[in-house]
Amino acid sequence: MQANTCISSAHAPTQRMDADKVFKALGDPTRRKLLDLLCEQNGQTLGQLCEHLDMARQSVTQHLGLLEDANLVSTVWRGREKLHFINPVPLHEVYERWVRKFERQRLSLLHDLKKQLEGE
Amino acid sequence: MSKDKTSFVYVTYIRSTPQKVFEAITKPEIARRYWGHENVSDWAPGSPWQHVRADAQRSVQLVGEVVEVVPPTRLVITWANASQAGDPDATSRVSFDIAPYDGMVRLTVTHDELEAGGGMARGIAQGWPIVLSSLKSLLETGEGIDVFAKPRAAV
Repeated sequence: MQANTCISSAHAPTQRMDADKVFKALGDPTRRKLLDLLCEQNGQTLGQLCEHLDMARQSVTQHLGLLEDANLVSTVWRGREKLHFINPVPLHEVYERWVRKFERQRLSLLHDLKKQLEGE
Repeated sequence: MSKDKTSFVYVTYIRSTPQKVFEAITKPEIARRYWGHENVSDWAPGSPWQHVRADAQRSVQLVGEVVEVVPPTRLVITWANASQAGDPDATSRVSFDIAPYDGMVRLTVTHDELEAGGGMARGIAQGWPIVLSSLKSLLETGEGIDVFAKPRAAV
């Protein structure tokens, strides 16, 4: 069992930083909504999160489990309350790997084009 | 407590050892490689620490006190803008928990006692994911990422 304010990890340990899990976790509107809710107010309980979702508590628990498994949500026990925190570290890794690289390439192409056009 | 407080919990898994992760936080010559800053302290409980920009100016940007040190698994410091040193309302707390995890290290950074909606809360919410990604990159590949990179910067 968890001690007070101990960081929990209820899910299988392997390949926690797997990008597949991050993309899968993001590929669902309810899970994205959960992340939005945590972005608005970090550190919410299951009950607080359920208030904003028209869905059975068990389903919300499952969605949170997938987010936690993808390391997009971290949880902390405070007394008898389990608080959920958004953890954007894997998102940043995905951004570095899958967004910024291509953005940079595109921007540098535009930059070259601009230079060429303006230079002539 | 006069104002609402908020907290953040960041977790990353790094293929490394607790000792290396602890040193990456506490040793200036390592921190400057992925953080662009150094954490300077003698790391004794009660001692001051300073967060110093690792450039020619070496400006002190953050200051605080070492609260708890258990190498290589736990470090707790207080955290305030250098300009607000000693103001309890502007002082937050950062705990680093470093645990072996299935051949990796699970690093949890808990930043609490932050003024809700304040500039520091906004700043660290942007900063920690980048710093922790960069730390992970450094320890796993030998190279950090550019923590000062701007999203739309064209080369």
